[in-house]
Amino acid sequence: MTFMTKLLGGAAALAISASAVAADPAIIFDLGGKFDKSFNEAAFNGATRWAEETGGEFREVELQNEAQREQALRRFAEAGSNPIVMAGFAFAGALSEVAPDYPDTSFVIIDMVVDAPNVRSVVFNEHEGSFLVGMMAAEASESDTVGFIGGMDIPLIRRFACGYAQGVKAANPDATVIANMTGTTPAAWNDPVKGSELTKAQISQGADVVYAAAGGTGVGVLQTAADEGILSIGVDSNQNYLHPGKVLTSMMKRVDNAVFTAFSDGPGLETGFQVQGLANEGVGYAMDDNNAPLVSEEMVAKVEAAKASIISGELSVHDYMSDETCPALDF
Amino acid sequence: MDFATFLQILDSTIRLATPLLLACLAGLYSERAGIFDIGLEGKMLAAAFLSAAIAFVTGSVWLGLLAGIGASLFLSAIHGIASITFRGNQLISGVAINFLASGLTVLIAQSWFAQGGRTPALTDGGRFSPIEFPFAEAILPVPVIGPVYEGLISGHTAIVYLALLMVPLSWYVLFRTRFGLRLRAVGENPAAVDTAGVNVIRLRFTAVAICGVLCGIAGAYLATALQAGFVKEMTAGRGYIALAALIFAKWRPWYALYACLLFGFLQAIALRFQNIDIGAFTVPVEFMDALPYILTVVILAGFVGKAIPPRAGGEPYVKER
Repeated sequence: MTFMTKLLGGAAALAISASAVAADPAIIFDLGGKFDKSFNEAAFNGATRWAEETGGEFREVELQNEAQREQALRRFAEAGSNPIVMAGFAFAGALSEVAPDYPDTSFVIIDMVVDAPNVRSVVFNEHEGSFLVGMMAAEASESDTVGFIGGMDIPLIRRFACGYAQGVKAANPDATVIANMTGTTPAAWNDPVKGSELTKAQISQGADVVYAAAGGTGVGVLQTAADEGILSIGVDSNQNYLHPGKVLTSMMKRVDNAVFTAFSDGPGLETGFQVQGLANEGVGYAMDDNNAPLVSEEMVAKVEAAKASIISGELSVHDYMSDETCPALDF
Repeated sequence: MDFATFLQILDSTIRLATPLLLACLAGLYSERAGIFDIGLEGKMLAAAFLSAAIAFVTGSVWLGLLAGIGASLFLSAIHGIASITFRGNQLISGVAINFLASGLTVLIAQSWFAQGGRTPALTDGGRFSPIEFPFAEAILPVPVIGPVYEGLISGHTAIVYLALLMVPLSWYVLFRTRFGLRLRAVGENPAAVDTAGVNVIRLRFTAVAICGVLCGIAGAYLATALQAGFVKEMTAGRGYIALAALIFAKWRPWYALYACLLFGFLQAIALRFQNIDIGAFTVPVEFMDALPYILTVVILAGFVGKAIPPRAGGEPYVKER
């Protein structure tokens, strides 16, 4: 018992001394890990860019399991980190518990909306970006069949799939979209072997362009697509460089910009609801030397035209998360 | 479902079943000798990492395979020392190995390659390439036999054929040789084996070492044949499915082959069709994913035959009481 008391006392002392640290920003990465070449890595890049440009320091933690979410949030809040950025939709539950307890700390959650006075919710219009890469997929496809491979089956990933399918149909109404999800548990973000098999299964059904929105699983998808000589589309970060000449494009989701802005705004940042869409370059498609030979000028012109009409409101892309249905795809 | 689709599913079955089969046989040797091993997952993971890392550094997939086997053997040695020499709890030692592998692989990969806990993508020499059997192209026009020979039998990597060969070999070693008899006896009644003048400790260590080699091959297959590099946690629970297959197979080599093929087949169907519509209702993909475990529970509950584990399994051998 005395040992326990000492331990608790020690922990309390640590907590007190830790809270004396100045208000550095903090970022919490989701289960995919900060080097997933995709979503979390984009967040990490944003934070690193901020550190390099301002010379500031930030604190970070990678979660290992679900139970650590609230714990990590509280630890950073107690330690005086401000603002605290969370990369991932799954933080919503923990954050709505924690946010009211630390009214002076600003929180930023990416990919989800939490309604609290000290929370900034950043959401991306992934369906718009996916629509554009869907158009490119349909243009590049010779078999008129394209594939989609999602990670964990959640509404957010279905939103990717739905926007993609709409884009495909917009460019080629006769095209077929095959959509598969890797799994229903977080392990689905890190199973490249399953990603490979899904890709092979889609190829056998005629797909010749595959869009992977699956975190680490996407590495297997892109690899198999390159091995089998079909095109693939990366996600979140620019993944064109992974297999030069084999990756058609990447659906960019500028998570890095969202993190960078949040860190730059500092404590007391403007809270509320922020939408990152095509208009403010929050989403888009990646063009560089690696995929330049694959994309014709005609293709770019069509996609740019669609982009302009989405921005102007002329063309509206259905958002799966608005009513959980998709006009272009059955799940 | 047409013939080509069916063939594609069977092809996928073989790819998915191979790592399961190797891990299952690995567990078979270990558990038949009385050492429970739930560290299959961790050993595969460590082997996957080191095989990919060495294959990348040296450019030779065979050196990678050796390194993978080495990594797996190292973890096997830890398991052996903990549970045979020091008579620790075998389950706890196995869990520790899984944790150790899960953390160490990412940590070493990060400090070695700085690519976020993964190895760089392997190029041609660093991967196992498919072996095309002779006359595969020539025989293709022959109906049924041609596509089966070309698509299903030919065109896999060397490890697939090795894994399939391991089944009759394991059956022969375990049930037709003196070593096999002793190995099985040591899992049933080590005291009797000891009385007969056979070294129990050495036999068990040998079994654990064979387990390590097979797990090493399984891990290398994941990273250097199916994939082109290591990604963290890439085994994704295959070690546990292999354990389920082992129980399903009632600790027998041929049944292990059937169990692994069945589990691989279920996975392949789930991947190909996702939600399966059979007229009246739809079978959700989650059900297909869970089916291996459900089947194992059914077998364990004794509804279909009886799965009796080796009697001395899980118990460290103490010479004198």
